[in-house]
Amino acid sequence: MTATLVAVQVLNGLQLGVLLFLVAAGLTLVFGVMDFINLAHGVQYMLGAYLAVTFYGLTGNFFAALVLALLAALAFGLLLEFVVFRHLYDRDHLDQVLATFGVILFLNEGVRIVWGAAPLSYPIPQLLQGTIPLIDGFGYPIYRVAMILSGLATAVLLWFLVTRTRVGMLVRAGATNPRMVSALGVDIRRLFMVVFGFGAMLAGFAGVMSGPILSVEPGMGDGVLILAFVVIVIGGIGSIRGAFVAALIIGLVDTLGRSFMTDIFKAFMAPAAANQVGPAIASMLIYLLMAGVLFFRPTGLFPATGR
Amino acid sequence: MSAPVGVVAATGSGRVVPAVLLILLAALPAVANAADLSFATLLMTRVMIYAIAALSLDLILGYGAMVSFGHAAFVGIGAYAIGIASAHDLWEGAITFPLAMLAAGLFALVTGAISLRTRGVYFIMITLAFGQMAYFTASSLSEYGGDDGLTMWAQTEFLGAEPFGDRTTFYYLVLACLAGCFVFLRALVASRFGRVIAGVRENRLRMQAVGFNPYLYQLAAYVIAGMIAGLAGALLANHAEFVSPSYMSWQRSGDLIIMVVLGGMGTLHGAVLGAIAYLMLEEGLSHFTEHWRVIFGPLLILIVLYARGGLGSLLRRGGSDG
Repeated sequence: MTATLVAVQVLNGLQLGVLLFLVAAGLTLVFGVMDFINLAHGVQYMLGAYLAVTFYGLTGNFFAALVLALLAALAFGLLLEFVVFRHLYDRDHLDQVLATFGVILFLNEGVRIVWGAAPLSYPIPQLLQGTIPLIDGFGYPIYRVAMILSGLATAVLLWFLVTRTRVGMLVRAGATNPRMVSALGVDIRRLFMVVFGFGAMLAGFAGVMSGPILSVEPGMGDGVLILAFVVIVIGGIGSIRGAFVAALIIGLVDTLGRSFMTDIFKAFMAPAAANQVGPAIASMLIYLLMAGVLFFRPTGLFPATGR
Repeated sequence: MSAPVGVVAATGSGRVVPAVLLILLAALPAVANAADLSFATLLMTRVMIYAIAALSLDLILGYGAMVSFGHAAFVGIGAYAIGIASAHDLWEGAITFPLAMLAAGLFALVTGAISLRTRGVYFIMITLAFGQMAYFTASSLSEYGGDDGLTMWAQTEFLGAEPFGDRTTFYYLVLACLAGCFVFLRALVASRFGRVIAGVRENRLRMQAVGFNPYLYQLAAYVIAGMIAGLAGALLANHAEFVSPSYMSWQRSGDLIIMVVLGGMGTLHGAVLGAIAYLMLEEGLSHFTEHWRVIFGPLLILIVLYARGGLGSLLRRGGSDG
């Protein structure tokens, strides 16, 4: 019974972890290559979900909606890069924070105008409905398993792209020394654009995947953005590997903390007090973890080399 | 960047702008009453409370170049100190106000001690994360309203008197706090301490070589800023007679940064101007449409791209030309 409960929560934690990885990967790539802090990455996640709502309404097919939403998210990411972000690469971080904060204000409100403030949703595709039986009669939704697997597959793909392809080599070189790469005749601006579009698409993918199990509403990207920040700070800014490890740690710690912290406190505290303290500590847990990591390693677990 | 610290205070706009502001703010309630616009007094009270918070942020952001994205947490902690005290039937401001400032200062000390070990983007993200931590902690305080916030059924008293009960008295008290914080911070940035802070901003390594410990100076500035923001929070709780986690949301921290940058960083009076301009703009645009953010967002981007120095620099330029 308890073992099953733990197993379910571990799976939930992994699912949150891969979701965070998808968002954090784009964020950390963009920062690593361009030294650009993009607060608007969370609204790109939100936009992915909203686009999927619309395309699902048009096509009635989850997978068609997924592909169309990814293409639209990519196009929109490139548009944002062209209109706003490319003017900010040479500015200091404060300017980047403010301008991308402006993008958040605009898009959160724009979404409210276009799609309304009420939460929206779209169903889990037929293919992925149902549950996988765990021990003693408990099941785990197939869709969530599919999320975990697709996240892991994306991580492998990303690893392959970054370490085994020419573009990946340029990305790594660009993260280490953009001027040198530029001097060698690589169009660094175009490289930025590719990385940026790809990051936007990953965030959009996370948004599309989480649409059926979370409500699609304005501001849904803000919480994810901040968790993704915690992830890349712990993992080391610019490091994909760090983002992956940290995303899984954060996903597990947050989920397990929220599920079991109150019970743990009940073991050595009065139940009433535990009910008060448990949730409060559980919601602080990942930030305490972050503080702990940074106290011993101010640049994160896997600091990107060359920076 | 702005003019070197101390120069601003000594030259024209450093004295004229605050003096003009003080006179205008002092005259406002009388004018508002005469023109039958008594809501203006209430609105400006709120504006001045945020101006105090923006002032405190300018100390670390403008003079110290510490981009804190969690400043609203200090405001919220100050507000919650008042709210929680009121829930336990403690209304005496001579106790609760120092308590609010100490609580915010303590939070600044602990989070600052960790955050200031890092630089640049790490610092931005860590302060943001600590701000969120405070936000979620406040949301989980089910005994004190949780997500819904906590309604106070009276305002803080001072030695038996209830100065916040009367709108105009409340207004002048906030104005006095604002002026007091302004004078204090002006003196602070002009002092040896302030020059060390600015020196670290310009060249950390050199300050270290001269024999200062930048970490301790920055931490002290961070705690002072946190305490002043806590004072703003205590006033805010009394203004709204309500405290809620939303005071600590990261958008509020963003608002405070916008105020400081909008008014011009590292001038102090710029933070006050920025708070006035930002909240007036919000008020004006939200009368125009409930979706005012859809206008303000692009406006903010344009300001960042094309009007870097903020309102303060416009005034300064106008002042020296004319």
